[in-house]
Amino acid sequence: MKEIRILSPQGMLGYGYPSSSFEEGLQASPDMIAVDAGSTDGGPHRLGLGMGGVSRYATKKDLQPLILAAKERHIPLIIGSAGGSGAGKRVDWLLDIVKEIAKEQGLRLKVATIYADINKQWLYQRWQEGKVDPVDSAPPLSAESIKETTALVAQMGVEPYLEALKEKPDIIIGGRTYDPVMSAALPILNGMDPGLAFHLGKILECGALAATPGTAKDGMLGILRDGHFLVQPLNPERKCTAQSVAAHTMYEKSHPYYLHGPGGMLDLSECRFEQVDERTVKVSGSRFIPSESYTVKVEGVRQDGFRTVLICGIRDPYLLQQLDEVLAQVQDEVRSYFDQTSFQMFFKVYGRDGVMGAWEPEREALGHEVGLVAEVVAGTQEMADSICAYTRSLLMHFDYKGRVSTAGNLALPFAPPEFSAGPVFSFSVYHAVTIDDPLSLFPVKYVELRGE
Amino acid sequence: MGQEIRQKEKKTLAELAAVIRSKNAGPFEITFDILFDNACYYRRVKESGVLTRSSICQLYSARAEDVVCLEYFDQALGIKVTLRRHHPSGSAGERDTYGAQQHVPLLTIEIPDFFAPPSWPGVTVT
Repeated sequence: MKEIRILSPQGMLGYGYPSSSFEEGLQASPDMIAVDAGSTDGGPHRLGLGMGGVSRYATKKDLQPLILAAKERHIPLIIGSAGGSGAGKRVDWLLDIVKEIAKEQGLRLKVATIYADINKQWLYQRWQEGKVDPVDSAPPLSAESIKETTALVAQMGVEPYLEALKEKPDIIIGGRTYDPVMSAALPILNGMDPGLAFHLGKILECGALAATPGTAKDGMLGILRDGHFLVQPLNPERKCTAQSVAAHTMYEKSHPYYLHGPGGMLDLSECRFEQVDERTVKVSGSRFIPSESYTVKVEGVRQDGFRTVLICGIRDPYLLQQLDEVLAQVQDEVRSYFDQTSFQMFFKVYGRDGVMGAWEPEREALGHEVGLVAEVVAGTQEMADSICAYTRSLLMHFDYKGRVSTAGNLALPFAPPEFSAGPVFSFSVYHAVTIDDPLSLFPVKYVELRGE
Repeated sequence: MGQEIRQKEKKTLAELAAVIRSKNAGPFEITFDILFDNACYYRRVKESGVLTRSSICQLYSARAEDVVCLEYFDQALGIKVTLRRHHPSGSAGERDTYGAQQHVPLLTIEIPDFFAPPSWPGVTVT
């Protein structure tokens, strides 16, 4: 029986994993090691600023054993969405770490890199041709939002990985990638069912999160066969249950069983989850339905300004009772002082509705103190700093009705009280684009590292 | 009488579910998963008819068009609700980048007793 064994050491490269779990996984003779290295979950600034969600130190520490094990066993190591955002410079950042490891360990490595950067003119042209549609609840794309976009990547499907695997590299470092692809690529190259392969990939990309107790800081083994796959955690203290695996299938997606990806949809409405032994679950019935035209999701960010943040505490009950009125008046006065409206100001009242805002159902239950965060976003850092400082001074001495504490209204935990928080980004593009060739946007390059 | 017993048997969603969580599903949506490890509890919640688009709207002061999904996934003993966010993830005005703390109003939703009222023949309520 044809079978492919996939070792997923962790949910995110740089999150850490127990070495005992990884050793356990290697004992199972995996055919490949697959690890996810990125996400949009942390927000748009990663793509905007070209930064990641994990440190170089942690990335190198996690990566080295994976490279050594893959090289020793002649199995591919596949890394997707390199460096957080999967932008080209983050692929190169990860490649640089691989080079350092190769040098220090004296390893000869053939590395394939796959780039996912998109050019704005290309997107603009596709948009004019009517080949661009919002993904999920993203707003429609406009010429202006394309123009404002400063960084743009497309989320690749399995096809560029199939190309790269044909050259038998030791390591593939992929730019922005649909999460299940890293695990699905080798099985699909070997003619196995893409529905099962993608579903398995969807579970493995989060490491041991689909186990119970679940965590992204530990790993899982996936075994893909004809007609079904098995998943089992690497750590004997965890187990997969039919319920935990089924539940994970729903994780972080808009719909529980229709999952859209590049080139098609995963239909899990008919799949079955069965307990095989105490720690292993068997999954069958997952289907991949190719779409009529091939689409990829394109992610782009724009910079909306610079942010300055004030954090303070309020304890006075007279002020707390009329906080909304005071904050509204302060905001009005700030807008009038700066004689402009081209900045944004948000107050977050922790202890009341700071976490949920307009979704908060218990907004009236006011505690005896609150934490107040003022967020100012303006065109320059200097302007954001100025507006936030003015807001603080106004709030500090604001003469509200019934005020008895004339020395000041705020408890300031930090000096200086405001923080320049730098550029603020938002997703300007989060759209599906119809393309003719799933490979054309994602150039594959090869590097031979000689380890000296 | 029946009413009293049913009243006594009311449970909150948190008492019945194994997992109640919220998470971002892309930058523009937050998704809620209510997961059970007990098929009976799952059915009790599903058949109670308490979780509806309109009850979610009421709970979150959301508009009907902001509820992009409310689906039951029987194999997973799971219920998924997806809401459109007020602020796209990580942008100015953000409160919860990962959407991880928006689940709380679901915890205390009261689910009436699954079992038939005692007046039904052959049914004993203990």
